[in-house]
Amino acid sequence: MSADINIVVVDREGQSHELVAPTDMNMNLMEVCKSYELPVKGTCGGMAMCASCHCYVESDHELKEPSDDEEDMLDQAFFVEDNSRLGCQIFMHPDLEGLAVTLAPESE
Amino acid sequence: MIQTDLLIIGAGPTGLFTVFEAGLLKMKCHLIDSLPQPGGQLAEIYPKKPIYDIPGFPTIDAGELVDNLMEQIKPFNAGFTLGESAVTIDKDDEGQFIVTTDKGTKHRAPSVAIAGGLGVFTPRKPPIANITDFEDKGIKYIIKDPEVYRGKKVVISGGGDSALDWTIFLAEIADEVSLVHRRTSFRGHLDSVDKVMALAEAGKVNLITNAEVKEVAGGDKLESVTIHAKDGSKTLVECTDWLPLFGLTPTLGPIGDWGLEIEKNSIVVNNATDYSTNIEGIYAIGDVNTYPGKLKLILCGFHEGTIMVQSAFKRAYPDKKLSFKYTTVMGGVGSLE
Repeated sequence: MSADINIVVVDREGQSHELVAPTDMNMNLMEVCKSYELPVKGTCGGMAMCASCHCYVESDHELKEPSDDEEDMLDQAFFVEDNSRLGCQIFMHPDLEGLAVTLAPESE
Repeated sequence: MIQTDLLIIGAGPTGLFTVFEAGLLKMKCHLIDSLPQPGGQLAEIYPKKPIYDIPGFPTIDAGELVDNLMEQIKPFNAGFTLGESAVTIDKDDEGQFIVTTDKGTKHRAPSVAIAGGLGVFTPRKPPIANITDFEDKGIKYIIKDPEVYRGKKVVISGGGDSALDWTIFLAEIADEVSLVHRRTSFRGHLDSVDKVMALAEAGKVNLITNAEVKEVAGGDKLESVTIHAKDGSKTLVECTDWLPLFGLTPTLGPIGDWGLEIEKNSIVVNNATDYSTNIEGIYAIGDVNTYPGKLKLILCGFHEGTIMVQSAFKRAYPDKKLSFKYTTVMGGVGSLE
């Protein structure tokens, strides 16, 4: 069994939340945020098709390169920066201990 | 005025299968959908994605599931009002609901089932404060009549097929076309990407990559946009039109103002009985509703629609007795026509 990891999510009001995420449940960051009732909609259910989980990765963790689907979706999002990612494409893994992200502004 | 037994708002999988279940009870259905084709998000967002949790299908592409549902409900001759969104709901003297669309089409039914899924698909609007000042005054999110751009100076934003296709098309008729995109690569069809690159090389399209339109300005009409590049530089481009093409996103829309009890963007229903809302005669089924333990799954939408039509039948035909029959007993549904 793998251990839980600690991650930090800063919401759109600038409030910081320390979350504990399991790494053995194939959960992604969008799902972890939702389970803590943070304001992440996850409209498409995690298919990289809506950008409602758009966030900025603030820590220097080595993440897997975004897939074409994710890049395509970021093309349709706003407030996109170099550290923009979709939370639903970041899967919880022991290497991500200490991951820090900020939720991107909602566009609607 | 379109009269029907059950008016279904939303032609996604839940709405479509509800036609089948209503049809078994000999109820006529009519569906309204804001999209031009049936299938909802399955057809609009992920037609090529495989779905693995439809009973009896180890895997099926979303688009194929929609085709199959359309085939399955064919015997019941449902009516469709497509490309129009339901805007208002009223009750007439006889207690029937009148639902009117944004194009003025009126529908009348004793019961209404909202199977609106994630809501109405509307264009994503770039977050620019004064963008609304120029909507229909140079800024359009959906192109209906390309002829209006003849001889104009047009800026297009986006990196998908629609941005590429319109760039190619308008390069022929507009005076000037600029395409602005966040990255250097495009996600559209390879053929379209090649064509745009060729047009750019030939000087027929002004291709601006690693950049975004961040400001708009003008008087009565749009006069310019300012493009911010990744390197920090800003360029003002004089133009008559800007077409931000960033795809569609769903919102609950006007249904949110119908007096229904809403919780977290979903319609609260009574799941212990018939998925009725707080307004008698209006039901909500599929992804659009919420109740304790709700799961947003296609198969749950199918179930909810099935239960719901039993209740809607009693409203449409209060004097008729309802007897539930298995399709295996009925010997096929073709005989129901």
